[in-house]
Amino acid sequence: MLTEATDPIATRFIAGGTNLLDLMKQQVEQPAKLVDINRLPLSAITELPNGGLRLGALVTNADTAYHPLVQGRYPLLAQTILAGASPQLRNKATNGGNLMQRTRCYYFYDVATPCNKRMPGSGCGALGGYNRVCGILGTSESCIATHPSDMCVALAALEAVVQVSGPHGERTIPMADFHRLPGNEPHRDNTLLPGELITAIDLPAQGFAQHYTYLKLRDRTSYAFALVSVAVGLELTDGLITQARLALGGVAHKPWRRPAAEAMLVGQPAEPETYRAVVQSLLAGSRGYDHNAFKIELAERAIVQALSQALNRSA
Amino acid sequence: MKSIKAALIDATLNTVETLVGHLPDPAPDPLRNAREFIGKPYPRVDGRLKVTGQARYATEHPIAGMTHAVVVHSSIAKGKISHLDTQAAESVPGVLAVMTHRNAPRMKTPETASLFNPVAGSNTSVPVMQSADITWNGEAVAVVVAETLELANYAAGLVGIRYEEEPAALSLEAEKGNATIPTLVVTQSPEVNIGDAKAALAVAPVVSDQEYETPWQNQHAMEPHASIAAWMGKDQLLVYDSTQSPPGVQHNLARMFDLKPEQVRVVTEFVGGAFGGKVAAWSNVPLAAAAARLVGRPVKLALSRAGVSMVVGGRTLTQQRVALGATLDGKLTAMIHTGYGMRTTKDVWAEQYTFPIRHLYASPNIHVLQKVVRLDRVQNSYMRAPGETPGSFALESAMDELAHKLGLDPVELRMRNEPDKDPTHGTYFSSRHLREAYALAAGKFGWDPQRPEPGTQREGDWLIGTGVATAFYPVQQLPVTIKARITADGHVEVSTSSIEMGVGLATVQTQHIAERFGVPYERARYLHGDTDLPMSQASGGSAATSSVGAAIHAAADKLTEKLLKLAQRNKQSVLRGVKRKNVELRAGGLYRLDQPAVGESYEQLLGASGQAFVEAEGSVPASALVLNMKTSMASYGAHFCEVRVHARTRQVQVRRFMSAFDCGRIMNPQTARSQIVGGIIMGIGMALMEEAVYDERTGRLMTPSLGEYHVPVHADVPEFEVYFLDEPDPVMPMGTKPVGEVSIVGTAAAVANAVFQATGIRVRHLPITADKLL
Repeated sequence: MLTEATDPIATRFIAGGTNLLDLMKQQVEQPAKLVDINRLPLSAITELPNGGLRLGALVTNADTAYHPLVQGRYPLLAQTILAGASPQLRNKATNGGNLMQRTRCYYFYDVATPCNKRMPGSGCGALGGYNRVCGILGTSESCIATHPSDMCVALAALEAVVQVSGPHGERTIPMADFHRLPGNEPHRDNTLLPGELITAIDLPAQGFAQHYTYLKLRDRTSYAFALVSVAVGLELTDGLITQARLALGGVAHKPWRRPAAEAMLVGQPAEPETYRAVVQSLLAGSRGYDHNAFKIELAERAIVQALSQALNRSA
Repeated sequence: MKSIKAALIDATLNTVETLVGHLPDPAPDPLRNAREFIGKPYPRVDGRLKVTGQARYATEHPIAGMTHAVVVHSSIAKGKISHLDTQAAESVPGVLAVMTHRNAPRMKTPETASLFNPVAGSNTSVPVMQSADITWNGEAVAVVVAETLELANYAAGLVGIRYEEEPAALSLEAEKGNATIPTLVVTQSPEVNIGDAKAALAVAPVVSDQEYETPWQNQHAMEPHASIAAWMGKDQLLVYDSTQSPPGVQHNLARMFDLKPEQVRVVTEFVGGAFGGKVAAWSNVPLAAAAARLVGRPVKLALSRAGVSMVVGGRTLTQQRVALGATLDGKLTAMIHTGYGMRTTKDVWAEQYTFPIRHLYASPNIHVLQKVVRLDRVQNSYMRAPGETPGSFALESAMDELAHKLGLDPVELRMRNEPDKDPTHGTYFSSRHLREAYALAAGKFGWDPQRPEPGTQREGDWLIGTGVATAFYPVQQLPVTIKARITADGHVEVSTSSIEMGVGLATVQTQHIAERFGVPYERARYLHGDTDLPMSQASGGSAATSSVGAAIHAAADKLTEKLLKLAQRNKQSVLRGVKRKNVELRAGGLYRLDQPAVGESYEQLLGASGQAFVEAEGSVPASALVLNMKTSMASYGAHFCEVRVHARTRQVQVRRFMSAFDCGRIMNPQTARSQIVGGIIMGIGMALMEEAVYDERTGRLMTPSLGEYHVPVHADVPEFEVYFLDEPDPVMPMGTKPVGEVSIVGTAAAVANAVFQATGIRVRHLPITADKLL
């Protein structure tokens, strides 16, 4: 886990280090100081009075995914975490760090190439270059990178809330506002302020434990980042959808949600023919580049498939 | 008058002809049916060392005063270094040197190894860090040497380099118009014309004529290319290197540093995977030696994962056309296989993707032509059945397309075109049991010759399909010299500089020694991987087992004579006066053939003579590929594959994979199976995911880590069933034929053919990722 400490260039928090250390070896990140936060008391999963669950920022991804309360009440989150990385990485990576991981765009990682996210103003190598893993939604002329996390896609669908502590006290950031679109400031992945530290992630009581799925499409069956992923949570009453959440991964600079698209599902029967308009709404404005235009159709298919799976899943 | 090129081809092919006399002894090896040690599943002799971490790989040898080196790679494809700033890096405490073309020791230009000159020991003839010139993106431009790896890595990032860039040729597609015909494809002519294939194709009742493309691929052995170089005084160099050829590396370094080969010792105890990528040295090896000379201390240089992809050449991208014409009953009347691969400015290595079609099917009309396109890239090189692998994807896909057009079972199509002689050389097969392999695998797989229409077989959301393809890999022989020593305590030790790549060579040769000399397994020993031992050149081409085996056989014959001479000098010996042709090595000694109980043990023979040991060398020379041999010799296999493809999301999973092989006599079914399974997994990776991608504007590699460069994980591969016919070849040592590389050949086509059967979509451009099936 890492976040920008007071001097964003000079200092980084480090927890699992599963991304930060790689980036340091590649000289993408070159912090002068690392602040080891592993001994902070942020390693618990506790029940909240409102029926929700608080995930400590330092709980590992593995411990979170296998926690009985997560498995029982938030199986979407458990499934999503287990679709990411490898067992070794999940044993080391923390929940806070998962939110802070950086894009996997080829140009971001290679310091011999231009990248506005790594070096503002140097240009975007991916635009007009190789961009298979890049985004199709919410991209800008400065950056077409995606956020690579699986876990964050489920957290977005669950409308989790990020607890943050910083020089000016504590505050909360809804998951939808935590990551940002690149715009003309692609070096800023999220809305944390300098010196702020993630302390916990709060899950609301509604866990969609009956009808959910996380569908991850990728270039190999395991240990690969998503080309397109879909987190779905549905509530059904008498065969009608009463509540719907739909978030996409692998397509944008942040987990992609459009509440309007979700609203279109409410009141609908659990039947596939109602989906086309939803798909169109969720993907409206999508734009493909030389090597990733296929993601648009793949996303269309993935959304339909994920909704079918969620509807057919009986817990 | 003949062109110089044509004359060169003739000269080279004549050289090949003169080698034909040196092929493996056509007299069957008496050991081809031996079963006491050969054919048993002995565990690896080095297994315990490896699983307990005691096996020492190249950079694990402790040497006092060790330093650590990190390579800085160029970020342009072509041009010159115009500005170098090494000061910041040099001023980091603990940094010992920043080596660039300005201060690197003078090194002569390396010489490219070939089958005709394997000991040259280099993969390229590009000078190493001797000028400001850049010839590919990723070329080594500086080496930082420091007290620790971390310091070296940090300082490497501080080396400031600017370039004067020149336009580079990077795209094979864009440069195709400038393609040329190479002098040779390995040892063969790039062109074959039998009959008139174009005319025959034009009138063929059924035709499949398609283009196929296989992508760039990089080497990624578990152990990266890595060395330790230590100078002992000014003119003695010790190198621990992860190589397939200690003598090649030795000769390459001797040439580059102006030393005699005996002044250079190369030790390779274990190799953590090589797959052709370590057949000869890449620039990292001389750079380690140069850096060690510069800092006056031993240097450890292990390429980073990205560094391996940039400094070490892999497979060329290929664009191939395969056109097949057939009669209505599925008899081939025309076969055309042409295509393009890369070359560099300095070197041409045309990968033999047309070799399968030259060998596998009978047709009265054959046209083959390979071309190369000059690109400013790292030199392509040997990689996992080079040539045969991409070539078999095109050919075996084409056979499937033809079968579909004919409405014929693809197995039956292959059986109808089995040749009784080598189709392009007219030579007879030493052994060819492809029919039996197909019959065996088809039975085990439950192959149904009545196939449903493609895209119609469904289980829930999944489309199901099956496919087949033929595996093929030719016999080669490596130049090998071994020394065999029988000691007075009845032990037999064989030693050679050739290496154990991790495939089980040391294990099967230990079995072979026990069998050949008739000693218990514990008394047999195989020493390898050091240029102080008798010289054997590169291990590769799936030929080490038979080549080393033949050399041991030759030494055993000499030792038989030497032991008989000892017996002749001993008045008490029961073998006194017995003729050479009436004795053999057996049961731990020398015994009569006509009276099997009469003879003497090694202990008795050597004890009586007072000698501590008796020893002899055995050698075999290099041979050309099977296609130039008097007998056509190859391994064969039949792959059967079942895939499922998600009807909506187009995810592909290989559900079943079964193969049967004619790989001659199997020395050790356990190590052989392991090699075969490894090859099939690589083939599945090739089919579904493996691809090195370059930014075509700059030639920059976009897939430098195993995060982007996808190879299969466990979840991508099914349980495998592997069957061996275990039929000894009548002319090969121990009856063996190639085992390693044959299994990757055809695998990608079997998967692609199954994907077609499942979906009705024919993907001719690997890898078959979901986007190609939408």
